[in-house]
Amino acid sequence: MKVKVISRSTDEFTRERSQDLQRVFRNFDPSLRSQEKAVEYVRALNAAKLDKIFARPFIGAMDGHRDSIKCMAKNPNHLKAIFSGSDDGDIRLWDIASRRTVCQFPGHQGAVQGLTVSTDGGILVSCGSDCSVRLWNVSDANLADSDNLYDNSAKPQAVYVWKNAFRAVDHQWDGDLFATAGAQVDIWNHNRSQPVNTFDWGADTTISIRFNPGEPNILATSANDRSITLYDLRMSSPARKVIMRTKCNSIAWNPMEPMNFTAANEDCNCYSYDARKLEEAKCVHKDHVSAVMDIDFSPTGREFVTGSYDRTVRIFQYNGGHSREIYHTKRMQRVFCVKYSCDASYVISGSDDTNLRLWKAKASEQLGVVLPRERKKHEYLEAVKNRYKHLPEVKRIVRHRHLPRPVYKAANLRRTMIEAERRKEQRRKAHSAPGSIVTEPVRKRRIIKEVE
Amino acid sequence: MGAKKEKNDDEMDEKVKKYLRGEAANLEGLKDKKLKGQLAVREDLYGKSAKTAAKIEKWLLPSEGGYLEAEGIEKTWRIKQESIAREVDILSSRNQYDIVLPELGPYTLDFTSNGRYMAAAGRKGHLAIVDMKTLNLIKEIQVRETVRDVAYLHNELFFAAAQKKYTYIYNRDGTELHCLKEHGPVLRLQFLKNHFLLASINKFGQLRYQDVTMGEMIGNFRTGLGRTDVMQVNPFNGVVALGHSSGTVTMWKPTTSVPLVKMLCHPGPVSSLAFHPNGHLMATSGRENKIKIWDLRKFEVIQTLPCHAKTLNFSQKGLLAAGTGSFIQILADFSGSQNYSSYMTHSMAKGYQVGKVLFRPYEDILGIGHSMGWSSILIPGSGEPNFDSWVANPFETSKQRQEKEVHSLLDKLPPETIMLDPTKVGTVRAPQKKEKPVKKEIETEMEAAIETAKDTKFKKKTKGRSKPSKIAKKRREMIDRAKRPFLEQQTQEHETSRKKQKTNPETEMPKSLQRFVRQKAT
Repeated sequence: MKVKVISRSTDEFTRERSQDLQRVFRNFDPSLRSQEKAVEYVRALNAAKLDKIFARPFIGAMDGHRDSIKCMAKNPNHLKAIFSGSDDGDIRLWDIASRRTVCQFPGHQGAVQGLTVSTDGGILVSCGSDCSVRLWNVSDANLADSDNLYDNSAKPQAVYVWKNAFRAVDHQWDGDLFATAGAQVDIWNHNRSQPVNTFDWGADTTISIRFNPGEPNILATSANDRSITLYDLRMSSPARKVIMRTKCNSIAWNPMEPMNFTAANEDCNCYSYDARKLEEAKCVHKDHVSAVMDIDFSPTGREFVTGSYDRTVRIFQYNGGHSREIYHTKRMQRVFCVKYSCDASYVISGSDDTNLRLWKAKASEQLGVVLPRERKKHEYLEAVKNRYKHLPEVKRIVRHRHLPRPVYKAANLRRTMIEAERRKEQRRKAHSAPGSIVTEPVRKRRIIKEVE
Repeated sequence: MGAKKEKNDDEMDEKVKKYLRGEAANLEGLKDKKLKGQLAVREDLYGKSAKTAAKIEKWLLPSEGGYLEAEGIEKTWRIKQESIAREVDILSSRNQYDIVLPELGPYTLDFTSNGRYMAAAGRKGHLAIVDMKTLNLIKEIQVRETVRDVAYLHNELFFAAAQKKYTYIYNRDGTELHCLKEHGPVLRLQFLKNHFLLASINKFGQLRYQDVTMGEMIGNFRTGLGRTDVMQVNPFNGVVALGHSSGTVTMWKPTTSVPLVKMLCHPGPVSSLAFHPNGHLMATSGRENKIKIWDLRKFEVIQTLPCHAKTLNFSQKGLLAAGTGSFIQILADFSGSQNYSSYMTHSMAKGYQVGKVLFRPYEDILGIGHSMGWSSILIPGSGEPNFDSWVANPFETSKQRQEKEVHSLLDKLPPETIMLDPTKVGTVRAPQKKEKPVKKEIETEMEAAIETAKDTKFKKKTKGRSKPSKIAKKRREMIDRAKRPFLEQQTQEHETSRKKQKTNPETEMPKSLQRFVRQKAT
């Protein structure tokens, strides 16, 4: 007879010394675990609740400006720094970690309308309503020197004055050129005091401008005539234009998918387009209740942050129709510019009330060094919450956000109006010959036409 | 070479199927392309993780299961425990013993979920806790009254004893922690691990569920089928099954006062009941000396065995132990086709009446509680050789035990999750046609609305405007307002039913008279 009985020797299954870690044995057999789905559901519920308990997104406000902040710029080489320009011509460099001004760049006579930093982090370009473009030297060595100066301010490296007030500026990602937007689109070189090239298509002012991160010669602009225009620098003539029903306040290219860009529109929505196919929006992002003023993508390309005239900052997923998160404070007034930090963890918003505010991108994230076990636990809780987030109890907790009363009421009003419009359309359709009334998909509805 | 490879592939496929936990979702009917893409990626991930788990099972598990193979003409059921003890190592042969305690009555046993500790209770009031690894007696107390059953709670620190008049919860040191008076004189106790519920059936046939974390009584049901002392928990779905003297087996959950299932199993009283750990098999035995194996998915008998059984128990690997008198038979299904046949037998000294058989988790040992004390015998191949530290750890330290307690409390399931098919949690119910609410439902809705109307708080007004008469009047108005929609609904229904009655006789007219039916202007 052959016989074997389970016999476990204690040495194999316990640790040898008290300094060792306890030994863990795994057996993934489902028959050892009963009611797995119910346990997962309970864990998802607890994870959702814990998420809400730890959701403290607001980190701090950076105080210092004396007028509303219209524009911000990130330095791609320095995570901790951000430039901001306000309506009284004051440009400041902030250290985000200590939330203090490191350096001031006085000089503009009127409002600073646009700020941008060159890709190597050496030059800050600012443009304003005083028809001037100023270049500042912000490389590390120079900033360290400026500590000697009395009032922590710096002198511009160059000042170029041109014909009209400027509305926006952006620097090429991989080159020496920067472009300004105003009455026409001008392309400048650092060393020339006059624009190298000018594009002028249409009679209205261009209000925002962005270079493509993947293709250094392509740029997108939006103008007051409700159009979005794509230019190619090599062709010396504009490439494509799409006219919408309302104007776009700002454009941002997706850094991970450089053929897609998202435009922040006056009609409270953001429209994502594929630059190759402008006849139809890829996605419409709805949730704001007032004009969306600024938009910035996260370096992961998976999320973007928008700031709107309705005093809220929202974070959307790149392909999501509704916002994942909303940030608001009693003291934050109209948000005019937002930036997503280069490590995808923070969001900075500049608003009407002269403050820059620093927020966490993920509201319940644990900042600082996270141990590997903690990180694994957080990832597991996130995954199990996402698996069950469609069930009513969990969904209620996950979706719950406190909205300020005016925003809540405005959202309800908008919903009622849109519902009413939809119902009327449905009834018109039902009472007319089949096929005579065609509903356009929302993605196409807001576009008037595409022009070559 | 090719055949061997095929066999290996088949084995892996079997294992992968086990880890997949059901069929993949059918993505054909989905029109939403985004969702379809996301789900396809998800399904792919599941397939990969199932394959990895199958490979881990094949190569990485530390221990292998026990087995008993007969050679030549000998049969496994003729092999005695002494011959097994001779072949096996010393550590295992220590696990074969008889503890003789003749004065304190028939003994009943319970093991903790990791198989490390055992609580033994003698009918005449002897309670003992033994550490089975070291065979150390941790504590014994004499309560000096009848003890009918003992059950461990979530870990070895707490156990409940069903004594003469009430149930008591004791500590590992023998201190009495709680006296549960509400349960009354209990005959059987069962602990539901995932829900932290203590289920008891008492002399009057009342089934009670109590949450041991907060002490709340969740359910209290009169079974209506008389006194019974056959109770088992199905570990797969947490459903409690009772066997009654009429031969029926009823299954209960804490949230409903009527049993989920009532099945007629035996012509006479059910003498014992056992559940297979996978939750699909149930073994019942009746006084007519037959053991029936039921498939719980279809509620049909798979097999009937001509065997005496006063007590039944399934092991982790699916072996069935049946004990009567002083004879114990172990049945096993060798081919996995749920066809049970005799595997081993064991007869104890005459005069030992077997009270309870219980397999020890994660070991190849069967614990027997009998009238003269308790014994332990070796049954190779009955226990799960590889334990999971996060589920049950026989080598637990006190720190690990404390951590596990906290984690299992966080994962405590609400009593509503007990259902016959536990995989239904998190699934979407198929859209039913909107049924008209039944009269009873309407009535309950109305009553609920009236209750909320009654509960409205009225603001206390000054200057004589909050007189009790006025408040009472307001309250009556609120109740009437709450009732109004239901009454309107009722009157509408009456009208429609009257109209229907009017039209019905016309359509019911015989064919020859149809031409005389008044035609409505179309």
